[in-house]
Amino acid sequence: MAEIVDSFYQGVPSFDESQPPALSPEERSRLLSAFYPDYRPEGKATLKVGANKGMVVPQELANILESRSRIPAPRSLPDHPDHDVDILVIGGGGAGITAALFAAKEGRSVLLATKLRVGDSNTVMAEGGIQAALGEGDSPVEHFRDTFRGGHGENDPALLSVLVAEGPEMVEWLVSRGILFDRDMQGGLSLRKGGGTSRPRLISAKDYTGLELVRVLKEDLMNAPVEILEFSPAVELISGRDGSCVGAVLYDLDSRKNVYVKAKTVILSTGGAGRLHLGGFATSNHFGATADGLTMAYRMGLPLVHPESFQFHPTGVIFPSEMAGMLITEAVRGAGARMYNRHGRRFVNELETRDVVASAIIRECAEGRGVETPSGARGVFLDLVAIDRDSGEGTVAKRFPNIVKLMNRHHVDPTKRPILVYPTLHYQNGGIKSDARARTSVAGLLVAGEVSGGLHGTNRLMGNSLLELFVFGRRAALEAVALSRDRPAFSWKESTLSHIDRFESELLKFRPDQAFPMAPVLFPDYRRKDA
Amino acid sequence: METQENKTGPMVRVSINGREYHVPQGSTMVQAMWYTGHEVIHGIGCLGGVCGACATVYRMEGDFRLRNALACQTLVAEGMSFSMLDSYPIQRAHYDVAALTDPKEELFTFYPESATCRNCNACTEVCPQGIDVRDAVWRANFGDFKAVADLTMSCVMCGLCVSRCIAEMAPHEIALYARRAYGAKELPFPPNLRHRLDEIHGGAFSGELKRLEGLSPEELKKECEVKS
Ligand SMILES: Cc1cc2nc3c(=O)[nH]c(=O)nc-3n(C[C@H](O)[C@H](O)[C@H](O)COP(=O)(O)OP(=O)(O)OC[C@H]3O[C@@H](n4cnc5c(N)ncnc54)[C@H](O)[C@@H]3O)c2cc1C
Repeated sequence: MAEIVDSFYQGVPSFDESQPPALSPEERSRLLSAFYPDYRPEGKATLKVGANKGMVVPQELANILESRSRIPAPRSLPDHPDHDVDILVIGGGGAGITAALFAAKEGRSVLLATKLRVGDSNTVMAEGGIQAALGEGDSPVEHFRDTFRGGHGENDPALLSVLVAEGPEMVEWLVSRGILFDRDMQGGLSLRKGGGTSRPRLISAKDYTGLELVRVLKEDLMNAPVEILEFSPAVELISGRDGSCVGAVLYDLDSRKNVYVKAKTVILSTGGAGRLHLGGFATSNHFGATADGLTMAYRMGLPLVHPESFQFHPTGVIFPSEMAGMLITEAVRGAGARMYNRHGRRFVNELETRDVVASAIIRECAEGRGVETPSGARGVFLDLVAIDRDSGEGTVAKRFPNIVKLMNRHHVDPTKRPILVYPTLHYQNGGIKSDARARTSVAGLLVAGEVSGGLHGTNRLMGNSLLELFVFGRRAALEAVALSRDRPAFSWKESTLSHIDRFESELLKFRPDQAFPMAPVLFPDYRRKDA
Repeated sequence: METQENKTGPMVRVSINGREYHVPQGSTMVQAMWYTGHEVIHGIGCLGGVCGACATVYRMEGDFRLRNALACQTLVAEGMSFSMLDSYPIQRAHYDVAALTDPKEELFTFYPESATCRNCNACTEVCPQGIDVRDAVWRANFGDFKAVADLTMSCVMCGLCVSRCIAEMAPHEIALYARRAYGAKELPFPPNLRHRLDEIHGGAFSGELKRLEGLSPEELKKECEVKS
């Protein structure tokens, strides 16, 4: 393999250091509408049923929203649930772990069910960091303004205000649990620059931020009074007589049996959608990111906000091809990495917001200024060598050891060679509509994390997602504790799956042939189809 | 590449869980399993080399040595035999980091086996992250938790070190304990965070945030339009 890589790198042009063209607000929006996948007409579908009927969303998302249940009709529930708890947390990433920890502290009975192992999630993969407005001349107010601007003014101000105001307290919690963020000379948390922000505001643990968070919080979870079911994804929510949520059906991946959970409150924290490969894009997401939470909630009638909005992170690896989709954190651009097209020219300010940078890369490749790989894909060069040149030899190795390690395994030493990149499907900007107390339109159902929507508008800024997990993970827990305490006892006999029947009968009006895909899909299937 | 692709080109002969196959050159071990029709659930997490789910043991034809790797990060090669080690049994300490009073001593309460390292270095040799695991265990024993933190920051908790340890300890868990104790108990609280928290608790920003929240969407867009 080394030979293929070496021969590819023989074709690297020399890099012209001149400034990239500056963009006026009009040019920026023209660039977005011409090239950003969200604004392109191809590969889209109009939703025909459900709370977002009439909205245009990516076809792959429509497929899982307008889908058939994994539980075939006629649907009934067993006489007794397998578990009966105060709080059921669905999803064991950062949001779910945080919610379970805070709920367990209050002495409620908590069950956490997750698809793979606890922590196998998008959270563990986070490289760049968490936004926390700690710098001099910075404040939660500046954080608010940057995020609102970055989100194109589509953010829910009530959610955003909570995020920026409570963020630093959650960072305090993380530090107190022994999470090792990078420190500055004074012992303060080091603050780095991210795209679209006016101040350096990113705290990180080298480029292992998510790993460090998950290692520590997972250990706390394993030591907390929380019952844990791994390899047990939820496949449906269960409704009560009054239309509330009263539990969920899990699917045990090993025994292949359904497991029924009765819960006074359910916290949905199933994360994102990258493995749906919208528009055929590669993804940075973990193996279980298939938007199951959206599928289950949509069937129950919950509205989604900005379901059409996704973040294509500008810099996913595109060569060597076995690494396609792997993320190179935006923090490298904050540290001074530059991008060049096949003529060796810079073509966009590297610190524009993610959607603008991604659009510019797609434009370069669409207009023949991309670099072709041996397998026929295209990309542009992301050059980290500039970081060492500007900030001193060894900076890349010190700040981005993970990237150096991963790329070197594939014969690309990023301190010597530029990395070929192309946008990768990274983050679901929208999600299930919720309020500042993590409540949804269905009583007894709370949401936290990437599965929720509204906070980020239509473009998330780097570092705000991790912050959201802790702020709203905790809020969901506190709300769930109160709800489960106050909720009058109800009988399992009132529980039904009738919302699924209703949803499917709506669907059948459009496709009497019943040819709907089945969802949640749980995992992408990459097996060779003719094997 | 994770998405389905019609791979042509050179093939290599590998053995997966004891059965022989031909798979495209340039595939990772996990991709080779998909190519041969395996449904991999235990043993896959992030597919990005950080979750530690895909610890794998392998051997090359004609070489007696056993090697280890992360299956999502390692390319197959001619004559390679491999099997995934989905999970390695470990014992984990039950503790609350906030309640530690003498973390360096308490290490031996929670992980007494830590002191029994026989210096064989197998853990270091097996680590797919290139960590000097043996050194980290010794530093932990000597109470130099900062060094443990520096040495083991890239640990993905795959547990391969446990699989080789002749003293049967779990070095990755010991290192996690030492890092946490260092962060929570030894490092001073960050002054910039303390300062901002004091301001927040004093209500320094609540008025302005309330005002922003109360603006109409149009007014708010205007306010936030330019970077200040
Ligand atoms: C490579 C990468 C780098 C990133 N870097 C940053 C960064 O630097 N800063 C930042 O702020 N954000 C970053 N992000 C985004 C951020 O990491 C995620 O948005 C965030 O971690 C999502 O957390 P979550 O808990 O909502 O979802 P996840 O962490 O994905 O957790 C969801 C969990 O639910 C499980 N699950 C899914 N479906 C089901 C089901 N049906 N039943 C039960 N369980 C289920 C999943 O397997 C997973 O364990 C990054 C994301 C990626 C992928």
